[in-house]
Amino acid sequence: MQKKEKNNSRRNFLKKLPVLALGTVALAGCSSEELDEFFQQNFRTLSKAEKNDIVKNLEKKYSEKYGKEFVVSDKPATEGILFGYALDLSRCIGCRKCVYACVEENNQSREPQVHWIQVLRMENEKGIDVHYANVHYNPDLVPEKGHFYMPVACQQCRNPQCTTVCPTKATWQTEDGIVVVDYNWCIGCRYCMAACPYGARHFNWGEPNIPDEEVNPITHYLGNRPRTKGVVEKCTFCIQRVRDGKYPSCVEICPTGSRKFGNLLDPDSEIRYILENKRVLVFKEELNTQPKFYYFFGV
Amino acid sequence: MKDFNNKFLKIFFVLLVLLYGCSESHFFKQDMVNAEALTSSDEQKNNIAVAKPPFSEDIFPCSECHAEQETNPERRLLDMHEEIVDSFHHDSENRWCLDCHDADNRDFLRLASGSLLKFEESYKLCGQCHGDKLRDWKVGVHGKRTGDWNGNKQYLLCVHCHNPHSPKFESLQPLPPPVRQEDIY
Repeated sequence: MQKKEKNNSRRNFLKKLPVLALGTVALAGCSSEELDEFFQQNFRTLSKAEKNDIVKNLEKKYSEKYGKEFVVSDKPATEGILFGYALDLSRCIGCRKCVYACVEENNQSREPQVHWIQVLRMENEKGIDVHYANVHYNPDLVPEKGHFYMPVACQQCRNPQCTTVCPTKATWQTEDGIVVVDYNWCIGCRYCMAACPYGARHFNWGEPNIPDEEVNPITHYLGNRPRTKGVVEKCTFCIQRVRDGKYPSCVEICPTGSRKFGNLLDPDSEIRYILENKRVLVFKEELNTQPKFYYFFGV
Repeated sequence: MKDFNNKFLKIFFVLLVLLYGCSESHFFKQDMVNAEALTSSDEQKNNIAVAKPPFSEDIFPCSECHAEQETNPERRLLDMHEEIVDSFHHDSENRWCLDCHDADNRDFLRLASGSLLKFEESYKLCGQCHGDKLRDWKVGVHGKRTGDWNGNKQYLLCVHCHNPHSPKFESLQPLPPPVRQEDIY
């Protein structure tokens, strides 16, 4: 049997034109918001008016989806502020309250589970050694004898490797030092996750699931607004709170007061007092990531 | 001493008037007591409020019962404050009630100097021995702060986290660990 030859004649091409026309009609059927989102430029190049339109659209979309009024802020960084964080290793008792306060504040998916904070239980005898760390400890009571606890989230590096590897420039360090992700531009390649030495970036392998009544409707475009399947997310120091002057929610929940936050450029801030008066370390210093997240010993 | 108290009262009233004029004031909304005693420039700049002391229900003022009772400084079994005696673990060998509570006016605490102290300022009493902790607390390093990192902050008193009669921080039940990778299908 002879193989049928593919007909590439001009007549045939013209015959297929109606299909193209139908496709165009289908595309036109998309709402203008969906088209806008599809053709959205990089967030950093947008004008104030364009950003306004985008957040208005998102507010409408989320309000309909979750059945409550949403606020999506695009508040920019303030000059003269560089955020820093310090965590007291001698006081943390490993209760994991911060983990779940973060999940609620930042709209992390409950199922599949996403946790931005991981509390590592370390052996007193081994010191800070991830080889002996355990995140799945589950005793009746904490703290446990012979152990100390080291919560790890994004270290907000001054020299972040996650942003340099991003092929779409969907993640960057803002002027106030917070490393953010634009979920509209993230293509889910997960290069950033491979580049981060702290395991601080998390991928939405499935459609994120949050019960409507638990969704936090006070959001920031670059922070805790609801995400979709296939994008990477991470700690932003609660950008929606700290750019409004409030403490991050992990600071407010910590029952031992181990978590400290403030402006590194303000010589009178708590964080500067710690850096100048306490014994301070950064995690994996040898990698030269230069974190703005410090660990210290308060006693 | 009287002179000092007078001055203290004046400063307090001036502060009260100033605060009242401030309509957005956090202090009254949050039912907080102004910690006017903290006077370093940092605290003044940042407007710090200290939460009210965590009394058990209906226990204050203490004078309601104690005014009619004779003062007995002896170490003994108490009928009323049994649970405190049972759990008393704060240099208990060397100390008893009236080392911190004033014998003549039970609504006040008493510093080592003999001067009276309101329960709202109990951190000064703790600071007599734990000076390094008091110093760290004042600058916001020991203990928890809530509110605005760059503005109004709320402090907790030492006794909000540490039972003054048994101050070791109590163990907690941890929240559940993250799902294990092998448990995801």
